[in-house]
Formats: sequence, structure tokens, C-alpha cells
Amino acid sequence: MIEETKRIGMERFFGSYQSMFFITLTMFIIYPFVVSDYYIDVAFFFGIYALLGLSLNIVLGEVGLFDLGHAGFYAIGAYTTAILNTKFGVPILILLPLSAAAAALFAYLVCSPIIHLRGDYLCIVTIGMGEIVRIALINNPFNLTGGPNGVYGIDFPSFGGPFVIDSSIEYYFLIWIVVALSIYGLIRLQNSHIGRAWNYIREDEVAAGASGIDVRHYKLLAFVLGAALAGVAGNIYASKLMCVSPESFTFWESCLMFCIVLIGGMGSIPGVLIGAAFISLFPEIFRPFAMYRMLIFGTVMILMMMFRPGGAWPRKRGGIGFASIFAKKDVTDD
Amino acid sequence: MDVFLEQLINGLTIGSFYALIALGYSMVYGILKLINFAHGDFFALGSYVGYTVLVFGSAVITTHFGLWGGLMAAMIIAAVCVAFVGIMVERAAYRPIYPAGRLPAVVSALGASIFIQNTIMVIWGPRYQAYPASLIPNIHIQIGGLHITMLQIVILIMSFMLLGILYWIIQKTTFGAAIRATALDKDTASLMGVDFNKVIFFIFTLGPALGAMTGVMVGMYYRQISFTMGWNYGLKAFTATIMGGIGNLPGAMFGGLILGVLEMFGAAYISAAWKDVFVFLILILVLIFRPTGLFGEKVAEKV
Repeated sequence: MIEETKRIGMERFFGSYQSMFFITLTMFIIYPFVVSDYYIDVAFFFGIYALLGLSLNIVLGEVGLFDLGHAGFYAIGAYTTAILNTKFGVPILILLPLSAAAAALFAYLVCSPIIHLRGDYLCIVTIGMGEIVRIALINNPFNLTGGPNGVYGIDFPSFGGPFVIDSSIEYYFLIWIVVALSIYGLIRLQNSHIGRAWNYIREDEVAAGASGIDVRHYKLLAFVLGAALAGVAGNIYASKLMCVSPESFTFWESCLMFCIVLIGGMGSIPGVLIGAAFISLFPEIFRPFAMYRMLIFGTVMILMMMFRPGGAWPRKRGGIGFASIFAKKDVTDD
Repeated sequence: MDVFLEQLINGLTIGSFYALIALGYSMVYGILKLINFAHGDFFALGSYVGYTVLVFGSAVITTHFGLWGGLMAAMIIAAVCVAFVGIMVERAAYRPIYPAGRLPAVVSALGASIFIQNTIMVIWGPRYQAYPASLIPNIHIQIGGLHITMLQIVILIMSFMLLGILYWIIQKTTFGAAIRATALDKDTASLMGVDFNKVIFFIFTLGPALGAMTGVMVGMYYRQISFTMGWNYGLKAFTATIMGGIGNLPGAMFGGLILGVLEMFGAAYISAAWKDVFVFLILILVLIFRPTGLFGEKVAEKV
């Protein structure tokens, strides 16, 4: 009898999403205390990719705009941090919102004239934008970006006094707290009229425009918000590595972000986390295979699309992904 | 003036490479609406196969076929091998994913690209490889102040011949008409008796084969090849495709030529380091004012 109650109790406990969430959360908190610095850094880069995936997910997943130049915004954020910190000594934490603002402003200026382009034409223009940013960084305009070598000697984030983020474990918590806050904000966005307008535009742009949604405005908003989040990722990345160089912001990086969103599932926040985990952890796990690991990586990408074309954790129609964890009621139907 | 002509010839040479690769892109693009990221890697693979034929078959080639025969053999063997790979990739990586829509196919294409790129690395090693020197007699030709090499002339003639043949196939033959019809409207074309599977087979043979031949020519022209070079050429060719107007095959050809010439003029008259910025800026300007490319038709919004 007692055994029976125990079993049912366990089933209830593991059966509900809420408990899953808390188990994962506990694991996340315990993780850095039980593994070596190397694995903490792996988890840190998982966090960076998660943040980048979330930022591209706004543009690609929510609004359905093909953006293959997202590394450009990431670069703007990282270089804003690097230059202002090394040349003018601005503290990293103050630069966090500033980098986001710089990337957002850049996105606004660049995307305003091209936002009317459709589908693949927009795609190639964003590719071009990303490449222009990268080449410009290599060519060292006004002696600011340090050319191919990049900028060195970026500070640690400091809260003043002895509270300095300078170890792997502290960076781990910094990035994951930022990711958690972003996820919270993005869930709220998904449920707001902005999120609904975005999804409407993704499903049918003409109908959305006809029912009074300012398509241009909401598309630009998506680019600006996505770029801001990528700028935040750039800031943390720059201070963690203490140096930035153009080779971290190639077209390849944009493609990886694109894959994170699609492997996880368009517009799905838990999907983005799965995609980011795949992109950042897979090459680490398969390190023993040395030169064959990228071969396996490519094959697995194809296989995933073959067996789960909608992504690993696709977003249900009308559903809101992660939010169902917190919700008491079933929210899947409209 | 001489600098201008020299840069024009350089630009046309590079442009014709872009055009040949862009054709393969555009054919797949027009019919499947798929950005075939693996196409640049077909080109790199062709370059490596040609390299192997020229280096390891050089004894046989020089004794039996002579220089031109050897070059032809390298190009044809590369074309056949890569066409085979192209069909295999289509069967394995794209065909099962068509029904799911075009975005999953893009990820699959990226996966195929990583796969081919790393296969090349595993087989030929990660270092740069060098094509044999002076395959074509190193003759310099002086016309007035204009200074060009025999190699450039040969490459230019070969690539323009290929472009001409392709233009003829696409515009004049039944197969070309089938491709164009399918690109315009797949369903109606199949109602008119166009076999969709045959068209796909054809474009995945022809596109990679062309890419491979371009790869051999690029190897001969620059003499240095690396397993990652497909990525860069693929990006430029994709740019050319869009610049010419998606799915418009002659447009892709001219897009490639224009891109090559722009790049060389940008390098000569503005700055070599900023030439790609120049190219992409022009692309963005073109698209701002002509949102469907230089030769694209005006498409009405469907409701």
C-alpha cells in the first residue's frame, strides 16, 4: 500500500512539467560545483549560443524573416564593448545595455531601407550586411577595430569593490541568469499583442496588413529586439574572452544560429535551447573522433531534418512553448 | 585605359567562374526554392578531383593524350565524379525532406555542405594543395600596353564556351524548356507532360558537373586550392544568382559576370581590401531599387 502510494507520488512528480523544470533548475545550479573548469566553459558557450539562438528566434522564428547575417549584430555588440572599454575605460556592466543599444541602433539604420524585401532577397541582403561588418572590422577603420588581430585586454565585469566576475563559474552564472531573464521576457512577449502580431505576419503577411497590423513597424521591431539581444551576447562574450577578433563573426556563425533555430523548432523557446545544446555540445562530445567529428555533425544535421523536420521541440499552434510549464490550465486551444 | 582593359579581362574571368557556379545554384533554386549550400562544395570537390587526375595521372596523360587531352580528361573526370556525388546528395539529403518545406531543406543543405567539406579534408588533408605549375605554356602576350597571359585567354575561352553551351541548352533545347517551365510553375509543367523527377535528376547532374569544371579552371588559374574555398565562391555565386533575379538562368549568368567585373574594378580603383564591401553595397543598392533583382520579373502579391 505504501509502495503503491510512493509509486503514484513519483509518477505525479516526474509526470508534470513543473517538477521537470525544478529538477533542471537544480541541476543547472549544482552543475558548476561538481565539474572541472573546462566543462563549465563548455556550458558557458552553450549559454552564449542559447542567447544568440533566442535573439535570432525573434526574427526568424517569430516573424519568419530570413536573417543569415545575425553575426553582424553580435559583432557590433562585442566591438562596442571592446572599443569603449579598452579606449575609454567604460565598465563592462554599463556597456551591457550600451552594446545592446548600439546593435539595436545599427539594426534599425541598416534594416529600415531593406525591410520591404521579401524572403530570399532579404536573406541575401542580411548576408551582405553581415559580411560588410566583418570585412570592415578586418580593415580597421579609423584605427578602432585592430584589424584581423582584433582588440585585446577587455576588463572583467565588476559590481564595484570586491565583486568582480572573473572566474569560469561566475561567468557561467552571469550568462545563464541573462538567458533566464531573456526567456522570461520573451515568453511575456510571445503572449503580448506584439507576439501575436509577429506570428500573424509570419503566417500571412498580406492578411496581417489588411487587418490593421503595421507590418513594416513590427518587422523592424523584431530586427531591433533581436539585434539588441545579440548585442548583449556580444558584450558577455567579449568580456569572457578578453579579446575579440573578426573571425568570431563570420557567415558560418550566422549559419550556426540559423541551424539552432531550425533544429529546435521555429519560434519555440525550449527548441532554441535544444538547438543550442546540439550546436555547442555535439562537437565537444565527439572530440575523440578528431577529424571525423564534423563529418558526423553534418550527417546528424541531415538526419535530424529527415526525422524531425519541424524541429526537436516544435511550438504547438497557439501554444507558447515554455509557458505551459508555469500555466495551470491547458493553453493549447484558441 | 590599359589598366581598365586588364581589369575588365580579369573581372570577366572571375565573373565567368561565378556565373558557372551561379547557374548550378539558380537551376536548383528556381525549381526547388532551395538554397543549395552544398553547391559551393561540389565546386571545391571538383577542383580536388581535377587536382588528383592532373598530379597522379600526369605520366599517363603526357605520354598518351598530350597537354590538352590531359586537361580535358581532368575536367571530364571531375565533372562525372561530382555529378555522381550531386545525385547521391540529392537522393540522401534533399529528397526525403522536400515534403517538409523549404526551411528544413536549408539546414539539410548546410549539413551536406559540412559533410562534403570535411570529406575533402579527410581525403586530401587540411593543407592547401597546389596545382601543377605551367600546365599551359607560360606565354605573355602584349597588345599595345595590354598585358595578358596565355592561361587567361585559355580560361576565358573555355568558360565562355561552357556558358554558351549552357545558354543554348537552357534556351533552345526541350530539356531547357522543361527546366524553365518547371521553375515557372511546377504543377502546370507536370500537367503538360514534364517529368519532374527527370528535371531534378538533370539539374543535379548538370549543376555539380558545371561546378566541378569551374573548380578545375579555378585550380589552374590560381594554382592554389583549399577545402574551404567552396564556401566563399558559393556565397559569391549565390549573390550573383539573387542579383540576376531568382530562377532566371540567363540572369544568373549576367549576374555572375557583373559581379566579377565589379569586384575587379572595386579592387583596382577603390581598394583591394574593401572590394567585397563594394560588391555587397552594390547588391544592396540594386535590391533596394529593384527588389526582385536586375532581370527579375515583377511578381504580383498573391492573396
